[in-house]
Amino acid sequence: MSRRYDSRTTIFSPEGRLYQVEYAMEAIGNAGSALGVLAADGVVLVGEKKVTSKLLQTSRSAEKMYKIDSHLACAVAGIMSDANILLNTARLHAQRYALSYQEPIPVEQLVQSLCDTKQGYTQFGGLRPFGVSFLFAGWDKHHGFQLYMSDPSGNYSGWKAAAVGANSQAAQSMLKQDYRDGLTREEAVALALKVLSKTMDSTSLTAEKLELAEVFLQPGTGEVQYQVCSPEAMGKLLAKAGLSQPAPEA
Amino acid sequence: MECVIGVVGRDFAVVAADTSAVQSILVHKTDEDKVMVLDSHKLMGASGEPGDRVQFTEFIQKNLHLYQFRNNIPLSTAATANFTRGELATALRKNPYYVNVLLAGYDSDVGASLYYIDYIATFHKIEKGAFGYGSYFCLSLMDKLYRPDMSVEEAVDLVDKCIKEIRLRLVVAPQNFIIKIVDKEGAREYARRAYTDSPPEAATSEAATVAA
Repeated sequence: MSRRYDSRTTIFSPEGRLYQVEYAMEAIGNAGSALGVLAADGVVLVGEKKVTSKLLQTSRSAEKMYKIDSHLACAVAGIMSDANILLNTARLHAQRYALSYQEPIPVEQLVQSLCDTKQGYTQFGGLRPFGVSFLFAGWDKHHGFQLYMSDPSGNYSGWKAAAVGANSQAAQSMLKQDYRDGLTREEAVALALKVLSKTMDSTSLTAEKLELAEVFLQPGTGEVQYQVCSPEAMGKLLAKAGLSQPAPEA
Repeated sequence: MECVIGVVGRDFAVVAADTSAVQSILVHKTDEDKVMVLDSHKLMGASGEPGDRVQFTEFIQKNLHLYQFRNNIPLSTAATANFTRGELATALRKNPYYVNVLLAGYDSDVGASLYYIDYIATFHKIEKGAFGYGSYFCLSLMDKLYRPDMSVEEAVDLVDKCIKEIRLRLVVAPQNFIIKIVDKEGAREYARRAYTDSPPEAATSEAATVAA
């Protein structure tokens, strides 16, 4: 029986592996990728939208980027229905914290609470793990700008630049090569777009296929701002980075 | 007749309280510390039902410690004050604590601050405040003499004036007081004030010896 250790999430294989958790990570490997870059003055998240059909209505401008609280956002890679459940928990937890302390939740605490939920589904029987990886971007007064990555096992870690989803290995190694400390937000956007353009499957990079969100401090007020790039602005950014494809010939 | 007093100075806060443990018309002891050091940079002066006071301040203190162990960062004074208020508000509709609290703390980003929270979960950020019968004298005195840029000595002097007035005017004034301060160096005991006149000699066993 080769599937002896596959069927349950809570049972270790003789090699000490949890197959269901590994399969969940595999599921994310097929999802549209997302990557995040930590800059000196903000955090940048970029995601690839998988356009499955041209008949599909793309009404929402952002389908991979979610604001969790005013100082905290995330990019999703994986099964969207699973992600929605976790996003709901995350938003609830953030508001509960704010209610208790009248202060925004420190970024790592939010990440940790969400990962505790994910971990629960790898240990308690009869349940399937969440097939979602997140990239969290946020700011708090303790550690400034932060970028975290989490996976279905409930592990999380802080990064300067990270990638999840399809081709994330390649993206990660490119980021490792090109990242340098003290990037500005503008440079971080350029780096993220460049890496994504090289690791995406599709040959043409268009504004419709990309999403970009930034977390930064409002100049003047010092308030944390979450901003999603509009398709028009994205088009301009791509042109500026020299990544946009020439218009197809008629 | 409990008295708890709090004052914020330029970069510190003072919390003072009487140290009498009173039950009905009896004084059980005169060295009860009613100003708890919550963590390295927070003080909580509390008045109210003695059992509730101890239970509640310890509950807040232990929750603060738990937060710090879990998250490796301290909770700010403002967050602690809001948490305290929340706990009192929740308890109010179930099993109320009869405790009034003055919370003082020092944070590296906002400096010293003082919060007034009473047993019905009223919440105010204040510069000077007092609870108990003593507040009737202290508040007016502080209105007249308080300045936001006071030094530690000036603030303690103001607290001393309050204590003096309490002793002069209150029917059953507490004997001893404790004064604690919190600044960037941390929270600590600053001084104690003891009633100087020695208490009248207790009715000794003289009568008993005569009888014998």
